[in-house]
Amino acid sequence: MNDGILSFLLDATNWQPGNNDGFVNRTIEHLGYSATALVIAFVVAFPLGLLIGHTNRGAFLAINLGNAGRALPTLGVVMLVLAIVGVGLTPVTVALVVLAIPPILTTTYAGMRAVSGATVDAARGVGMKEWQIVFQVELPNAWPIVFGGLRNAALQVVSTATLAAYVGLGGLGRYLFDGLALRDYPRVVAGAIVLAVLAVVVDLVFSLVQRLVVSPGVDGRASRGPRRGSNAPAALTASEDVPDVADDAPTPGGVGMDKAPRKSL
Amino acid sequence: MEFFSDVRTYLEINHETVLESLVQHIWLALLPVAISFVLALPLGWAVVRYGWLKHPILTLSSVIYTIPSLALFLALPAIIGTSILDPLNVVIALTLYSLALLVRTTADGLASVDQQVVEAATAMGYKPARRWFTVELPLALPVIMAGLRITTVANVSMVTVSALIGIQSLGQLFTRGFQLGFYAPPIVIGLVLSVLLALLADSIIVLVQRLVTPWARVGGAR
Amino acid sequence: MIEFDDVTKQYPDGTVAVGNLSLTIPTGAITVFVGPSGCGKTTSLRMINRMIDPTSGTIRIDGKDVTAQDPALLRRSIGYVIQHAGLFPHRTVVDNVATVPVLTGLSRKEARKRAYELLERVGLTTGMADRYPVQLSGGQQQRVGVARALAADPPVMLMDEPFSAVDPVVRDSLQQEFLRLQGELGKTIVMVTHDIDEAIKLGDNVAVFAEGGRLAQLAGPEDLLANPADDFVAGFVGRDRGFRGLSFAASADLPVEPVDTEVEGLRLAVDDAGRPTGWTGHGRALPTEGSWSAGDSLRAVTDLAILSPAGAAVRVDADGRADGLVRHATVAEFVRVRQLERLSGTDG
Ligand SMILES: Nc1ncnc2c1ncn2[C@@H]1O[C@H](COP(=O)(O)OP(=O)(O)OP(=O)(O)O)[C@@H](O)[C@H]1O
Ligand SMILES: [Mg+2]
Repeated sequence: MNDGILSFLLDATNWQPGNNDGFVNRTIEHLGYSATALVIAFVVAFPLGLLIGHTNRGAFLAINLGNAGRALPTLGVVMLVLAIVGVGLTPVTVALVVLAIPPILTTTYAGMRAVSGATVDAARGVGMKEWQIVFQVELPNAWPIVFGGLRNAALQVVSTATLAAYVGLGGLGRYLFDGLALRDYPRVVAGAIVLAVLAVVVDLVFSLVQRLVVSPGVDGRASRGPRRGSNAPAALTASEDVPDVADDAPTPGGVGMDKAPRKSL
Repeated sequence: MEFFSDVRTYLEINHETVLESLVQHIWLALLPVAISFVLALPLGWAVVRYGWLKHPILTLSSVIYTIPSLALFLALPAIIGTSILDPLNVVIALTLYSLALLVRTTADGLASVDQQVVEAATAMGYKPARRWFTVELPLALPVIMAGLRITTVANVSMVTVSALIGIQSLGQLFTRGFQLGFYAPPIVIGLVLSVLLALLADSIIVLVQRLVTPWARVGGAR
Repeated sequence: MIEFDDVTKQYPDGTVAVGNLSLTIPTGAITVFVGPSGCGKTTSLRMINRMIDPTSGTIRIDGKDVTAQDPALLRRSIGYVIQHAGLFPHRTVVDNVATVPVLTGLSRKEARKRAYELLERVGLTTGMADRYPVQLSGGQQQRVGVARALAADPPVMLMDEPFSAVDPVVRDSLQQEFLRLQGELGKTIVMVTHDIDEAIKLGDNVAVFAEGGRLAQLAGPEDLLANPADDFVAGFVGRDRGFRGLSFAASADLPVEPVDTEVEGLRLAVDDAGRPTGWTGHGRALPTEGSWSAGDSLRAVTDLAILSPAGAAVRVDADGRADGLVRHATVAEFVRVRQLERLSGTDG
């Protein structure tokens, strides 16, 4: 069977951009569904998380949504949304948005709340307006946690977008469900491999963006090594470090449950 | 309401299958937790003990955690030679995910133990192995148990995915709803049972945690 | 000038943190709020820059009611130094210092230029400018906190326990530099501390607070030590206040004896340049344990007299040549007369 998988993966026709059922086209479809849902979820959840985090009003919403989000099976949620809204691209997108909102909202809220009260007090004390406190002080310090949520949401959406094919749309799920229906296992496994690689790559891209966005002063890069006493600018030295996935990967232990990643589908 | 009577009717007709699915679901979700808990202890110990292991093991864990579960369920047969419908694939995949998370929490937990306490134990004459089991591990338990809770809840939810490849679990209630033309009653029954199961398992772990770490309860309502 | 006019702050839970406080803080001087924990010092301080608004009463800066001004704009015109520095973890040292100038509309480049100057001013090397706060020691962070508060050159500075988070040696050097800096800048400074010694060392005026934000006494440090208003202040000022008060008494008028006077069988030995080298007599050579000069306080002279094996403190001139001796007995008599005059003066 493994030979079949390899030849399916290496078959040039499967990689032609023009081929509707090729990897390139399916990946583009897959990323299209995912990105749309992620952007919509971000536009809804991120400002709300900032607001709840800054004012601490409505915190129960953010916390409970996060907890419920973790216990609810993704597959069931998607099916229920489709049962209510109907079948098609819009319902699938709605379902993906519903999945992505809790991690973004909860971690944005949690990240904002994790910023030290003394820092926020200092910001107010030097004369920042409330919106300046949010964007110039709280958010930059909250980024490491907020990014955890964004990455988690992205992974879930990319994983779950597979279901688009289950209800007749495109995306990488086609290989899995078509293959299963046709008992063409090389096709199934090849699709699973491409999907897995896509997920890893998406996560890597997020971790690189995170490096660019997050200040070395808050993500631990600046305190690494015996830099006290040396005159090297921290930002320069820090950027020499290779990006390591592990350090930004899910760390549920140290952090509260509300910041822990969610894993399903 | 009509919906509730539909739910009742569905249960009256299908309660045997639903019950069977529930039992199978519990097995598929909790067996990996138990296996990975046992494996995570030595691995977590090694990560803390041998610094050079930290980077490769934690990187590997996070890559594994990134792989979509459906993809892993389907790719495993090609790697280990099982049949694609074998529930063993689900158990192994979920064990890998649980292990990826628990190795990290175990290492975090062990690393968080106050070194002064460890030194005090050494000074009192504990040998390393005994000290590890009676001092370090108990003090690391609150963090490890937090990881255990997350894994358990995640597993209960993830098992449902295996229904897509035809393995029995509560997830079959979702695919059944789909086959019946997005008929809501089985979907809702599946959701409710799955969430209840997750909450129940979580509560049991919390209860066990209270019993085994009584010191964390008394002073530490921070 | 900052005026508190019958200011009261009651928190929503009923705590009266500050009660009917009336107080005038002079321009260009250091006024220290001191008192036991929880007596409302921080609350009083934070009402000046509207971090907290009073329940009743008014606070005016140079005659203008603070509540009539936009809080954010008001705060930009007042430097605020927070305990543990409160630096922004995500910004480098130089950008922390540049915060307020940027807020008030200066270009980032100019703000940084100013920040570099200030960092040097508070005694930090420019090499530290690009570090993040986590890469600094507590004392260094505290200096950055002071530089940040000074960055917009505000006429008024509020400081809440600025030197409390560091060890005594670092604290002492920070205090010395703070006094030097204030000598150059002449800001209106309100500082909170719970350390009476710090208050006496740094304050031109000391406001002693009692529970509930009641002002127990407002006085110069010397006056506070000499004439505490009531038992509470006396108790708070603590022991040795007589001796500590000598820090503020000049030694210039002390009568001195010639250097070659024999004291208790000992004579001062000097080198070729006339600098004291020790005491000789009874067939032995003993150390002088130090010397004083005309600008020193009575406290320093008394201390030297106590330490000296001859019971006499050696005075030196600007070139370090011994030019007089003072015995304990002389100091004691001088202090007695001085105190008699002070107390008769205040009674009459
Ligand atoms: N937000 C608040 N709500 C209710 N009570 C408060 C609040 N802030 C302060 N208090 C109370 O007001 C009183 C004065 O507090 P404040 O912080 O001004 O004291 P302080 O003199 O600065 O004390 P310390 O030396 O310990 O810093 C205390 O009893 C305190 O408990
Ligand atoms: Mg205070």
